[in-house]
Amino acid sequence: MADVRIQGVTKSFGDTVAINDLDLAIKDGEFVVLLGPTGAGKTTTLRLIAGLERPDSGTIHIGGHDATTLSPAERDTAFVFQQYSLYPHLSVFDNLAFPLRSPARRFPEEAVRRRVEDVARMVRIDHKLDNRSTKLSGGEMQRVAIGRALVRKPAIYLMDEPLSSLDAKLRADLRLELKRIQSELGATMLYVTHDQIEAMTMADRIGILADGVLVQIGTPRAIYSEPANLHVAARLGQPAINLLPAGLLPDGGAPTGTKTIGARTEHLAIEKATNGHADGVVDWVEHLGDQNHLHVTVGTKKLVTLTDPDTPLAKGDKVAIRYIAPLYFGSDGQRLM
Amino acid sequence: MSLTTAHSVVAPSANSKRIAGVIIVAYALISIVPLLWIFATSFKTPPDSIAYPPKLVFQPSLEGYCNLFTTRTRQTPEYINSLGPATGLCDATVRKRNMVIAGPSNFLPRFVNSLIIAFGSTFCAVFLGTLSAYGFSRFKVPLADDLLFFILSTRFMPPIAVAIPIYLMYRELGLSDTALGMILLYTAVNVSLAVWLLKGFIDEIPREYEEAAMIDGYTRLQAFWRTVLPQATTGIAATAIFCLIFAWNEYAFAALLTSGTAQTAPPFIPTIIGEGGQDWPAVAAGTTIFLVPILVFTILLRKQLLRGITFGAVRK
Repeated sequence: MADVRIQGVTKSFGDTVAINDLDLAIKDGEFVVLLGPTGAGKTTTLRLIAGLERPDSGTIHIGGHDATTLSPAERDTAFVFQQYSLYPHLSVFDNLAFPLRSPARRFPEEAVRRRVEDVARMVRIDHKLDNRSTKLSGGEMQRVAIGRALVRKPAIYLMDEPLSSLDAKLRADLRLELKRIQSELGATMLYVTHDQIEAMTMADRIGILADGVLVQIGTPRAIYSEPANLHVAARLGQPAINLLPAGLLPDGGAPTGTKTIGARTEHLAIEKATNGHADGVVDWVEHLGDQNHLHVTVGTKKLVTLTDPDTPLAKGDKVAIRYIAPLYFGSDGQRLM
Repeated sequence: MSLTTAHSVVAPSANSKRIAGVIIVAYALISIVPLLWIFATSFKTPPDSIAYPPKLVFQPSLEGYCNLFTTRTRQTPEYINSLGPATGLCDATVRKRNMVIAGPSNFLPRFVNSLIIAFGSTFCAVFLGTLSAYGFSRFKVPLADDLLFFILSTRFMPPIAVAIPIYLMYRELGLSDTALGMILLYTAVNVSLAVWLLKGFIDEIPREYEEAAMIDGYTRLQAFWRTVLPQATTGIAATAIFCLIFAWNEYAFAALLTSGTAQTAPPFIPTIIGEGGQDWPAVAAGTTIFLVPILVFTILLRKQLLRGITFGAVRK
């Protein structure tokens, strides 16, 4: 394991700037998640570190060595692709052994077998080692793909949305397994996703990418409660943060220059209007089972919050709404303190 | 009652399946008649082969095969009787027609020429085609589209249209009537087909396979060998069959450029002459043997051809 340092890296494809002046340092043993929408430059960042792309400018250091111009084979990274790129002509065992059998390594076959069996147990695929890789379910294929990265002990594991093609249940299971494996190995890992739950649950630090720029990086807690700007605030939280114009609701204590107020569920106190004063009307209560989504119309704006499953509120009720220390954003979209 | 059979829009009905089956069987029968006729003729005696009305039932004879592999001379019955007992089946067969075997015919060397030239040129065309197709598929080749169009354009006219310049060039270069010359020629004709066919197949193989291998410590060539080639076997097999069939059947250039040492079977077979006319059983025997390699090759590669369909562990 080793640390990875990216300094001032820019990469364009034709006229499109995929990565713009990126600085990112990943500490030894750290689990960093890059979160961003499609086209934000997440995958390009991984490919730059792996050596599948060359940066137009800037440097990449892996384990203290300048790796900017090294070939992928010389960099000692392991990559899990978004699509399970298992070799269809090989068995599960041979897929897992493939990285160890590379001419650059030359492990004795006995050591290969031991290592493959260890990893197969770790990713819980040891009962299917002799299967053809095409005869596996989606979850099994993805476990093999992750296992193929884990058989080596590279400087850094690079994972490109490894769980995105799986169904929800499997994704939750593998998410836990992956985090467990990572902390067991003490692995340095850069993980790319557009799933905020994966980011929140697994990351030591989350980096938010937008249009090739690293907007903010910090602990999941910091990213969630102290977003740098509107974009970051909108990436996290379920239901999505309500962005309301200043002055729509009583907002005593808003700093000067506040243009937008960001209010998540925990920033709002909603109760039935009692003394004739009402801020909004309940549109509809969406039953999710363990909780409810409450849709409220305030003037011309709509807001959505979580509420108890046994909420007394019903469609048509007039409600009073109060902010509880919400997030304030200036006209440039940056958060105000 | 099953829901799918009632009025399914996609599944063919039992009736249409039956009609399709009848059409396919009828087509197969019609297609195989000439082949069966050649096969049957190869086992007829020369008089039976030209009998009218044609004989469907006949006494099988190996005379055609004997005549194909030997040259014979006519002798007087007295001379033949003075010889010892016949030394083999063919010897006995030809003696009945007052002939003795004078030596082996040219068929076997011509057939071997065909094997060397067809398989040699197929190997070269597929080898070059695979590498170029991979290059065009994976790298930013300057003017790639123009180059590919140029490669395709070599097939815009029938190859025989350039027969005269090639004849003159080969004479100057000493390539006339050599196996090397024929291999080069058939490779040149086939390589464009190979590049285009294989590029299609290789484009279908996701780059992630090689990228994963290269990250795992393989060089590009090793990654190509270990990940791309095994998955391209289907395409390579299909391409090889197309190339082989062309090179194996080619007649015009072979007739023009080969006459002796490098002559292939197609221009040789029609030159088999018997006494008092064409020796049809021998010609049919040559044709039957000539069909065998292609048949075997296609059957051997059939599995490779069919396997591709359900292949691939990459989700799109």
